Parts: sequence; structure tokens; C-alpha cells
Amino acid sequence: MDAKDILGLPKISLPIPQEKKSRPQKDSQRKPDGISREVYALTGGVAPLMPSVDVNQLKKRHQPENEKITWEWLSFTNSARKDDLKLYHWVRVVNGAPPTGDYSFAKYNKSVDVIKYTDEEYEKHLTDPSWTKEETDELFDLCERFDLRFVVITDRFSSSRSVEELKNRYYSVSRAILIARAPSPADVSSHPLVKEPYNISQEIERKRALSMVLSQTKHQERKDAEVLSEAKKIMESRMAAKAAQDAELAVASNASPERMEKTTALVDTASPSNIQATSGVAPLMSMAENAAAAAASLRAMRVYLRTYALDKMVQAASSSAGLRTIKRVEQFLQELKVNLKPKVPTKAVCAEHLELRKEILTLLNLQKLLQNKEEGSSYRESSYTETPDTPKRLQRGIDQDRTFVPDSVSFGGISTERVGKRDQKRKGPGREAPSSPANSNKRPRKLKATDS
Amino acid sequence: MPQDSSNKHSSNHTDPTHKSRRTEMVRSSDENEKKNLVNKLKDVEISVPIVYGNVAFWLGKKASEYQSHKWSVYVRGATNEDLSVVVKRVVFQLHSSFNNPMRVVESPPFELSESGWGEFEIAITLHFHPDVSDKPLHLYHHLKLYPEDDSGSLSVKKPVVVESYDEVVFAEPSEALFARVQNHPAVIVPRLPAGFSLPPVPAEDADKRKRFDPKDNPLTQWFTNFSEADELLKLAAARQQLVAVSWKLVAGGWKLVQAQIARVRRQLSLIDGQHQQQLKPPSEL
Repeated sequence: MDAKDILGLPKISLPIPQEKKSRPQKDSQRKPDGISREVYALTGGVAPLMPSVDVNQLKKRHQPENEKITWEWLSFTNSARKDDLKLYHWVRVVNGAPPTGDYSFAKYNKSVDVIKYTDEEYEKHLTDPSWTKEETDELFDLCERFDLRFVVITDRFSSSRSVEELKNRYYSVSRAILIARAPSPADVSSHPLVKEPYNISQEIERKRALSMVLSQTKHQERKDAEVLSEAKKIMESRMAAKAAQDAELAVASNASPERMEKTTALVDTASPSNIQATSGVAPLMSMAENAAAAAASLRAMRVYLRTYALDKMVQAASSSAGLRTIKRVEQFLQELKVNLKPKVPTKAVCAEHLELRKEILTLLNLQKLLQNKEEGSSYRESSYTETPDTPKRLQRGIDQDRTFVPDSVSFGGISTERVGKRDQKRKGPGREAPSSPANSNKRPRKLKATDS
Repeated sequence: MPQDSSNKHSSNHTDPTHKSRRTEMVRSSDENEKKNLVNKLKDVEISVPIVYGNVAFWLGKKASEYQSHKWSVYVRGATNEDLSVVVKRVVFQLHSSFNNPMRVVESPPFELSESGWGEFEIAITLHFHPDVSDKPLHLYHHLKLYPEDDSGSLSVKKPVVVESYDEVVFAEPSEALFARVQNHPAVIVPRLPAGFSLPPVPAEDADKRKRFDPKDNPLTQWFTNFSEADELLKLAAARQQLVAVSWKLVAGGWKLVQAQIARVRRQLSLIDGQHQQQLKPPSEL
């Protein structure tokens, strides 16, 4: 009703009656057909648009006319019971004759066939140094009673034996008896007990491993997952490197397995630091590896687009670079007026493009190294100037050096300033350092393509 | 592929870098034909330059709300060559609002024309002949009907054309394929190393080989001509500039090192001077 108000539709004259006076009107719309008014209202007050289940689809119950069915409360016996208890239940009686046959659930009374040995057999085949006859007898009795539920049996066993020991004894005894009783070995060879005997040590180990896995802490789990994923990565890169062995990057692939082995050895904690230790060589090596892996995967694809291949190679080349570096490469390309994705990607163009990108990356890395060296040297400089005990002569010497000392301090100054103002573009030589040589201004600045 | 050492012929070891070259070529022709289908040429790739895109005409007076443009999407050889040498059929997947959005084009020219009002992404799938590849290749093209500039001077005569250049690369093609396509204008094949020969393929009649006559296809006049020369030039210029900047960097680094050395020398001399001072007074006494 509210919905109709909102939509502005005229109210149809079928009111939901709220007054007793309008009940006769309500009756005519009721259409209950055997159910009460309230129940009908639950369905929404209107007949369903479609019947939920077509009655004709349901199977008709087969009940021939001649039979007369009654239900009677009768007693029955259960063949699964050892006593003669007679219980009562409802029985469907057809034409006065009750149904025959055993209690329908008696067939589910299955039990295990536990082997019974005689004393002679025990003497002949089943003696064991760690087991007495009494223990063995007790074991078998319990097995029979508890249907080979060894956990229960272990509990009830008089002396304290582990589940595996009990199982071992039971299965080895049964096996021995089977083999002993068999007319020829061939007959029993297909029996599962004979084919696969119980292996106690394996079972103990298996259960120990399971319990370890179960009791692993989250921390341990995560560490395990990390180790596994690293191992997987190493395996994959090893495969890729192997696939690219006949390529001209043979040197890289020879070096990389060594590095990879080092990584596996120190995989828990030291691997990142290890790689960093081989600073200059490692980036180049990893780039060569990645390129080889990328080339191998492209070859495996057999059919691909040139642009896709270029993307993959670019990714491989910049895999060692962070996001900011990649952005700087792209900025550089834009300043050089080169399209980030070539418009005419022929083989030659793509190769040139890739080379260009690699060169820019190298340049940026070198520049970063240089900046680090600068900053390092400037810090050292400032520590010299601040020593308080310097004699006068040294002081004068330092004053004489002032033209140079401010350089380094201003290097440091410029470098730190640079950090702050990193996004500012400065085209001309820096103005902060007063009388410093021209080169020192350009170096701390972010290298621009337009530097000439 | 493993080499069959029993059939190696010493005469074929001309180029040591291509150590996995097919040496079975010298065998009898029967075995040759059998092997032909399977032999892959390592370190060889053949590429087919293609251009794909769309041309869209505004219908002007005849435009209705739902049919404002008539457009054609297509895949063609970069120089208008016939792609059916490698491409068996092309499937264009249009927007679901079209009837039968999956359109299959079985023969060249691999293009599809329709009329509509909206721009959407078309998925183009290239299916190749069985001896080329069993996997299809997917391209995506955004249908463009309206021109870039905002003033949008819609003209009935001049269509909006958006094309993309790309190359389909077939790595390690089989010898049979190589032989089949080596003389086709649509395909770029590298020169094989000396001492390596393929069985000759019967030359097709020049007439039989289909070539797109500009008169046949009215769209040809709108196709863009993609030339790699311009791009190569730009890249070469960029690399030169890069070299210049790098030299600047190296020069700067060199100067830095020199300045550092000079500083250290000065400090050493100062310290030496200081020591001299300390040593002097005792001697003067």
C-alpha cells in the first residue's frame, strides 16, 4: 500500500480489512479452500501464481483394491540378540497375515573374525620373546570383545603397551596363523595380511610426524610455507636457467646455480643479506637470469605478440628495480621523447627500446651510487671539522680550507635538501654553494635528460 | 630436441653456434618428409606484422539513436598482405547487446562491419592453421567511434580510424611451415645460416596468390602506414643523448674522486705539519 502511495498509483478498491464491519467483503476474497484464514494470509493472501509441485508428477501409490491393510502392535524377535528378549512394535498386516522374516535390522550385526588359536599352534608358531602367552590371550580376548578397536583395547590392557605394540602383536600372530594353517603358501599370498604386513616402525614414525604437524604453531607454519615457496622458486628458476643454457647467457646461468645454492643453504635468515653482499655483481647476474627465464618462457609459448614479448623482457630487466626507479625510467623516456610503448613494435624497434631502458636503468643506478658516495664523504668531512682539540695551526689550516669544506657541507646540505625537494626540477646550476666548482652543483641534482 | 647422433654428417658442422641444427637433412627424402612435420628450427623465429583496429563513419542525417555510426573492425597484414597464409579464421567477440555477438570470419579480408552507437572493447581471436599453431592468439581493441578532439566535428566523409600495429611471432617454427611461408610477402623470415637448406616448395602461381587490390576494399584508403623508420630514429637519438648524459655523470664522478684525493692529501700534510711542530721544541731546547 505504501509502495502504491509512493508510486502515486491510484489505490485499487481491494482494501485489506481492518474493521469487523468489512468482514463480509473480506470473506468473498478469502478463497481458503480448506485452510484457515490466518494460514492463508501467511502466504500473502493471494493464491500462488504457479503451483509449487504439479500433483500429476507425483507417483501414485500402488495399492491394489483387493488387499486390506491394517497396522498392529505385535511382538518380534531379533536374531542378533543372544537372549530371547521379545519387544513390541507396529507391524503392517496385509489381509490378516503378519510379515515373515527376521527383524530387518538384524543383518547389520557384523563382527570381526578374530582368529582363535590352540595352545599347540601357539607353541609351534606364535611364541615371541617380548610377549607371554597370557598377554597374547588377553589381547585376543579384548580384540574379540571390542571389535579390534585398539584404542579401547589399549586402555583395558593390563600391562602398559602402546597401541602400535598391540597392533603389531595381533597382526603378526594372525599372519603367522594364516600362513601356518594354509595348505600351501600360494593360497594365502593374496590375503592382505600376508601381502602387506604391519610395519610397526613406520607406524610409529607416521604418527609422530602427524602429531608434529598438528601441534605446529602458526609461526612455524608460516616459516615452513616460506621455505617451501622459496624452494619452489629456486627450482623454477633453475629449470628456466637450464632451458636457456644454450643461449649466449651461458656465463650467467653457470654463476647463478652457485648463488642459488648459497641461497638455499642460508634460506632461513641470511639470504637477503647474502645477496646484498655481492652488490655490484648480483644485480647484473639476476638481470641476466631473469632475461634468460623470460626468453625461455616466450619460446615455450611458441606463438605470441611482439608487444607481449617486449613487456615481458622489460619486466625481467626491471625486476631488481623498485617502483620509484621504474617511474624514473619512464620519466626519463618521456623527456627523451620516446613512447613508453613503441607505436611500431618491429623486432628492431623492440630491441632498441629494451636496450634504451636497460641503459637508463644502469645510469640511474650509477647516479644513486655516486650520490651515496658523496653523502658518505660529506659526513666524514663534517666530523673532521668538528674536533674540539685541534691546535691553532690546524684551525688555521681548516680556515684556509674553508672554500673546500663548505663544498662538502653544502654537498651534504644540497643532498639533504634534495631529499626534501626531490620533486622540484632545477635546470640551471645550483645557487646554494657559493664558490664551488661547476660539477659539484650538477651531481647531487637528479639527473635530467636535458643536461647538456 | 635430442640429436640423432647416428646420422650426423661432418659436412654440416659449419656453424658451431647453431649446434642443434638439423643434420638429418642429408638423409633420404622419405625420412626427410616424415621429419619435416616435426623438426623445429631452434633460434629461428618468423614474424607476421599485423595491424588491427577499426574505421568508423558517422551516418549524419541517416543516424538514428541506436545506429549513429557504421563501423568496421578488422585484422590485416601491415602492408595489406593476405594473412590467410597463417591465419585460418578470426573470431570477433562483440558487446552482448549485439545479435550473435560472436562473429566468425573464415576468409580474408578478416573484417567485420556493423552499425551501432556505442564504444566497447572487442576481443579478437586469431586462429591459425594446424601446422602453424594449435593455440589461438588474443587481441583486444577498443572500438572508437568519436574523434579525440572535443569539438568533435563529426563528418560523414572522414571516418575515425584507430589502428594498432603488432607482430605475431612464431618461435621455433617447424621446417614445413618455414618452407611454406618463406616466400610469402606477409611473413618476415630470417635468413638461414649458410650450409643449411630446405627442400624447395612448389611456387604458387602469382595469380592464385590473393592480393588485396585497393579497388576491392573501400577501406584501404583509410589505412595508416606504419613505418618503423621514424621510431628507430627517435630511439637512436635518445640513446645518443643518454650517452652524453652518462659521460657527464662519469666526468662528475671523476672530479669528485679527484677532489676527495686532494682533500685527504691536504689533511695528511696538516697532520704532518702538526707533528713537525711537536717535534721542534725539544730540539730547540
